[in-house]
Amino acid sequence: MVSRAAGILVLLAGLLLAAGLCVADTPADHPVPNIFEPHSTPAESIRHLAYFVLAVTGLIFLIVFSLLSYAVVKFRKRPADAGSEPAQVYGSTQIELAWTIIPILIVVVLFLATARVIHAIQDAGRPVKTVEVTAIGHQFWWEFRYPALGIVTANELHVPVSDPSHPTPTFLKLLSADTDHSFWIPQLAGKTDLIPNRANQTWLDPQETGLFLGQCAQYCGTQHAKMLLRVYVDNPEDFNVWVRGQRQPANKDEKEAAGRRVFETTACVNCHAVVGTNGTGRFGPDLTHLMSRRTIAAGAAENTPANLRLWIQNPDAIKTGSLMPAMKLSDADLDALVGYLETLR
Amino acid sequence: MSSDAIAIQTVEAAGRPWVETLHEWVTTVDHKRLGILYILYALYFLVIGGVEATIMRIQLMRPHNDFVSPQVFNRMFTMHGTTMIFFVAMPVLFGFANYLVPLMIGARDMAFPRLNAFSFWLNFFGGHLLYFSFLGGNGLYGAGTAPDVGWWAYAPLASRAFSPGHSSDYWTIALLVSGFGSIGTAINIIATIISMRCTGMKLSRMPLFAWLNLVMSGMVLLAITPLSAAQIMLLVDRYLGGHFFDTQAGGSATLWMHFFWIFGHPEVYVLIIPCFAFVSEIVPVFSRKPIFGYPVMVGATVCIAFVSMSVWAHHMFTIGMNSYANSFFTITTMAVGVPTGIKIFNWLGTMWGGKIQFKTPMLFCIGFLFQFLIAGLTGIMLASSPFDWQLSGSYFVVAHFHYVIVGGILFALFGAFYYWYPKITGRMLNESLGKLHFWLFVIGFHLTFDLMHIPGLLGMPRRIYTYEPGRGWDTLNFLVTIGAFVQGIAILVFVANLIISYFKGAKAGNDPWDAWTLEWSVSSPPPAYNFASIPVVASRRPLWDLKHPEDPDSHYE
Repeated sequence: MVSRAAGILVLLAGLLLAAGLCVADTPADHPVPNIFEPHSTPAESIRHLAYFVLAVTGLIFLIVFSLLSYAVVKFRKRPADAGSEPAQVYGSTQIELAWTIIPILIVVVLFLATARVIHAIQDAGRPVKTVEVTAIGHQFWWEFRYPALGIVTANELHVPVSDPSHPTPTFLKLLSADTDHSFWIPQLAGKTDLIPNRANQTWLDPQETGLFLGQCAQYCGTQHAKMLLRVYVDNPEDFNVWVRGQRQPANKDEKEAAGRRVFETTACVNCHAVVGTNGTGRFGPDLTHLMSRRTIAAGAAENTPANLRLWIQNPDAIKTGSLMPAMKLSDADLDALVGYLETLR
Repeated sequence: MSSDAIAIQTVEAAGRPWVETLHEWVTTVDHKRLGILYILYALYFLVIGGVEATIMRIQLMRPHNDFVSPQVFNRMFTMHGTTMIFFVAMPVLFGFANYLVPLMIGARDMAFPRLNAFSFWLNFFGGHLLYFSFLGGNGLYGAGTAPDVGWWAYAPLASRAFSPGHSSDYWTIALLVSGFGSIGTAINIIATIISMRCTGMKLSRMPLFAWLNLVMSGMVLLAITPLSAAQIMLLVDRYLGGHFFDTQAGGSATLWMHFFWIFGHPEVYVLIIPCFAFVSEIVPVFSRKPIFGYPVMVGATVCIAFVSMSVWAHHMFTIGMNSYANSFFTITTMAVGVPTGIKIFNWLGTMWGGKIQFKTPMLFCIGFLFQFLIAGLTGIMLASSPFDWQLSGSYFVVAHFHYVIVGGILFALFGAFYYWYPKITGRMLNESLGKLHFWLFVIGFHLTFDLMHIPGLLGMPRRIYTYEPGRGWDTLNFLVTIGAFVQGIAILVFVANLIISYFKGAKAGNDPWDAWTLEWSVSSPPPAYNFASIPVVASRRPLWDLKHPEDPDSHYE
């Protein structure tokens, strides 16, 4: 009785979540990760700095470009020219001094403007209320852990929207399980690398809900290209719903016991975890709430039964060179397994 | 006199078996022949590296393309980068330095002719060792395929755990071997310039070409040694159980980055300074004026060399250095812009008030000036570290450094080819084909590399073999690929010009450009001994003095 109630609750939560995702996905979607359309403080201050630097360099460009063009046109050899040599000028100390000192002044100004932003982003203080996430880069997917909330998930990061009057920024501790990776959501913050044997940090405080796209920005091996990254910025209610959903124990619907047996008795459990089963592997993404994610294979494919089936049977068809092995299951086992995975909401 | 020299050579060549000619070239220690070997060898690899670039561009033409597999794509960008830097840019610049430095300073050869030959052959075999990695096929996993770790081979991707087999070893040993060759050449250029100058050629009277190559060689010594050290450490890691970069055993991934970029950034200047040297010779001759601010040009170059040794970590702004380190490398990087700007202004000052002749070498130099200006300004953007957190590792960076390497280095090199080809072969390159080459290349270059900045701003990372549709990258990537093909056609025109003009070009004579440095005083091509009697100079422009005895430079210096 209790388990059924819990099941319904999870189902409801899932539905709510799905509805929330749909709403978040359609109107407020951000398909182009343009660095000049930021929605978070670090990305916003970088944009300001970028405009300033662009203005200064643009002005330099205009001046030097005009001078060069003028010289090329004005001092070209005319057809009527008799062939005498022009005046031989060897240099001028005053002019040299002028075009040394002015660039030095420009460099000083640019440096001061830059140093301010470096300090503002890197040495930002932490407000009382933050969300702490540990992001771990793997070949070729992202592991996200919320230590305070007891959540482990993969590839799709959920963070609450941060109202500037009551900021709830998300601080990410960045680790790597294997090679170098880089965490980059252009509209939320600049990139920071995930380096083995080193703990890096970044933060974001998105001020608009929706889905923000990014991907690994440091070459990490064969499938660097399909190490995609999705950040869902939820309003506080949706975020809480998501958190509750993620903290539910894994579904134990007896109808799918056959599928669960396939999961538990094959090599799946060596790499994947589903809480409450004997699957505790950590090489691959945690599957406890697999169905709460919109994509599989780090964003390489939509999370549909057909894609799941293909992914289990022949991962190379979706993502050549991924570390997921082809499982070579019988059709019956495969059906049962996919059926089981679909209950992990 | 020049036509006699050519006539004698052809008669000799016609009467001898080709094996003998080949033997002569293989065993040569003549700086001019070694220079030509370097240049031809680099052109051959330029075509290979270009084909690799084309394969990548076809793959990226549209999203989810499957022209090549991710494995092949990763090998292509690794080999393209490694080839273009180590086996195209460096050899071709060494080739020009080899050929021209002794001629310009009035010497009969380099200081160490045998070391010179040894260095060339090290570089030659290094390049072929790298390509030897392709042999074998996929049957031997990792053993028979090209390296795929990127041209900077970051740890721990290049460690045994993530790069099994021998592909990374080919990369490591090829760079180690050619690195020793580069060090040998650098020592040779320094020794030649310091000790082989002709009577009257004080350091302050040396052509800028010699000055800049002297500075470049000093930088090679400082830059290549840490790279070689890092390669040896990587080999120790891979084969002798070392843990320098083995993060699984407490090694440091960032240590490799520091080693690589303390080489990698000065390397950019090792490549661009000889190109400054070409421009500093060509612009004055075609503006009919001496170089503006000679001492300042020398000082700015030395300044660039020093400052560029302290900027390497701007390649590492995203690795999580603290705000002080990020600020330090921001200011040093921006500071390099000052002496570099001074150089651009001095070339402008040289053209100012001149009578500019738009021959092909000058066209390429003018292209260089405009494009290098833009490359420098995008460099300032990347120096601003927070801006770099967005731009680093994206296509913006790829566009930026191709602007430097293609828009700057390659344009100056083409200028050098058109300018000195008559000296090297005795024949002029065809002007019409030259202008066609220039305009095609300008169009292709701008179509490719201007547009390539934009996907970077829209969040497209580099080194991805494919990308998702709908991110605003599709059309841009398509146009970039079209531009790459236009550049490819331009290169074919250039190669055709090199070959056709060798047989059918107009006779050049000693001094086709009415130039002022010593190499134009001897026949084209110069005799094996260069100078029948060692020249005596009294100014920076010995041939000007000769041509204008009424108003020689020596009166003013």
